[in-house]
Amino acid sequence: MSAFVQRLSGSLGRRTLIGIPFLWLLLFFLIPFAIVLKISFAEMQISIPPYSSVVEYADESLNIVLNLGNYLFLLDDDLYAAAYLSSIQIALNATLMALLLGYPMAYAMARAPAHMQTTLLLLILLPSWTSFLIRIYAWMGLLSNKGLINNALISLGVITDPIPMMNTNFAVYIGMVYAYLPFVILPIYANLIKHDQSLLEAAADLGCPPWKAFLTITLPLSKAGILAGFMLMFIPAVGEFVIPELLGGPDTLMIGKVLWQEFFNNRDWPVAASLAMVMLLLLIIPIMIFHRQQAKELEAA
Amino acid sequence: MTVDVDTPSRQPEKPAILQVQTITKTFDGVYAVDDVSLDIRKGEIFALLGGSGSGKSTLLRMIAGFEKPTSGRILLDGQDITDLPPYQRPVNMMFQSYALFPHMNVEQNIAFGLKQDGLSKSEIKARVEEMLNLVHMTQYARRKPHQLSGGQRQRVALARSLAKKPQMLLLDEPMGALDKKLRTQMQLELVNIIEDVGVTCLMVTHDQEEAMTMADRIGIMDHGEIVQTGSPKDIYESPNSRMTAEFIGSCNIFEGSIVTDEADHAVIESHLLDAPVRIGHGIATNLENPQVWVAVRPEKTMLQHSKPASNENWSSGVVDDIAYLGTHSVYYVRLPSGQVVQSTMVNSERHSHHPTWNDQVYVCWDESSPVVLNQ
Repeated sequence: MSAFVQRLSGSLGRRTLIGIPFLWLLLFFLIPFAIVLKISFAEMQISIPPYSSVVEYADESLNIVLNLGNYLFLLDDDLYAAAYLSSIQIALNATLMALLLGYPMAYAMARAPAHMQTTLLLLILLPSWTSFLIRIYAWMGLLSNKGLINNALISLGVITDPIPMMNTNFAVYIGMVYAYLPFVILPIYANLIKHDQSLLEAAADLGCPPWKAFLTITLPLSKAGILAGFMLMFIPAVGEFVIPELLGGPDTLMIGKVLWQEFFNNRDWPVAASLAMVMLLLLIIPIMIFHRQQAKELEAA
Repeated sequence: MTVDVDTPSRQPEKPAILQVQTITKTFDGVYAVDDVSLDIRKGEIFALLGGSGSGKSTLLRMIAGFEKPTSGRILLDGQDITDLPPYQRPVNMMFQSYALFPHMNVEQNIAFGLKQDGLSKSEIKARVEEMLNLVHMTQYARRKPHQLSGGQRQRVALARSLAKKPQMLLLDEPMGALDKKLRTQMQLELVNIIEDVGVTCLMVTHDQEEAMTMADRIGIMDHGEIVQTGSPKDIYESPNSRMTAEFIGSCNIFEGSIVTDEADHAVIESHLLDAPVRIGHGIATNLENPQVWVAVRPEKTMLQHSKPASNENWSSGVVDDIAYLGTHSVYYVRLPSGQVVQSTMVNSERHSHHPTWNDQVYVCWDESSPVVLNQ
């Protein structure tokens, strides 16, 4: 009897444990997703809320009206395609820059003496203890025409006129690389720290000089870390709004900004919703690749 | 003192291919290897045997080039390689963990070293095939290391380290990652392959059985120094120190002092034994320091119920404990002095009348058995 109760409570406990994340995903992902999907198929109306309802029941008939116009409209206007492409391009460039910067940092951390590593890790994470917004604002103070960098260069006599950095794509790249660098460094570091040093000794023993051993052993073995870092930065960077809004210029075209404008300036919720849906689809592809890669790594381990 | 026993040496004496000359290595002032000199002869299998922290691995890593000696030189075939980086030394090592590249298959692992030499594709292919044949791994050529068993991984590691035809093969605890049963099988297989190839081999191990099975010569290392070198038989039968005697196999050791030392015999008296020890040859020590130790191996220590007729080489005792090990039993006999003596008896009969617990017995040995140790 007691064994039965124990088994029941055991399976109940297990179900609750598994159930909580499922419930979480249902409440905070699946339901909002369904709402956004629904809005994307509605029509804009001057009302509260500012869109028509998709499902209507009247005269004993259930009418589901799916308005595809929003999606067709996205195809109609070049602006949206350009915004998607430009977002992906900016995010891609910024992510590659962060990888080029982050990999050596992660490598140095993984090779540092054990007692130093915690400190170095803390230094990487420390900036994110202050508000993201404040840190981006701080870059405005550094990059603007009368900012710290220009003032310093002028007073040193290196330049006479300020270099225009603020409100350019350059500033957006700086902001993105700066903000997301920890997300690139940490997975690469976590990967590199697991590497078996005897592999490099074996490579050297077999006649391979250190630089070549890095290219043929370390780099291929850290692929999973590089990919994880790439995904962790690239996916949020595509939809980034704050950095292009604060640091970017009028010609910085990113989907996050377009979405904002559709939503708040045009008050066109359905078009904004369909923009979000398309962005989600675009991002799902790299996420799927990432997951398949991870599954493969797990299998191999 | 070292008696030249008729060693069935597998290798006639040949010139040294590796000369380690007064090598010292310190880590933060601590001596890991202390003024070691060693000659490895061409074609032999030499085992460095020692406990952990004896410096054997450090010595091996200095020869491979992973550690820089604090002082001393290493010559390979007459050429000074002390300052060469590992990737320029014509020696290859099989690592204890095998260190196979996990992202490459068996073929690519073996080809790795050959690619570094810039060999042509067809040459590499032929050599890889040859190596796969040598270690009987041809059908596993496309497997990744994680798809192989421990023994198969070891074969791949061996093939990889032999592929470049090194002047010397270094083995770091070659059986360390294998279970006991596989170990015995791989020891002989490894020796066969190494002898087929004819490569000079230096191995490091803490396992005396492994060293004795595989090596032509053994060097015992302790506290960064080589205490004794010789064939397995030399080292077992004629240890030159208490350390060696106790490290290799087990040993009954009695402290005593020399009373007689003639050309044909010597007598040593020990307060631990009822009768003095007689040795069938002179020991030629200086009598100024008559304090010595006498070592007798357990399998040369006989056990009997009746008192020996001789006046020497025996002691009375009581059976304290018996360890039955199937092929043989080890008897622990407590002497009146309190010292416990080990005696091994072969269980050649299924139901024999061996002594049992608390029996009053006598331990005795032949006058050719005891070895006198000064340190």
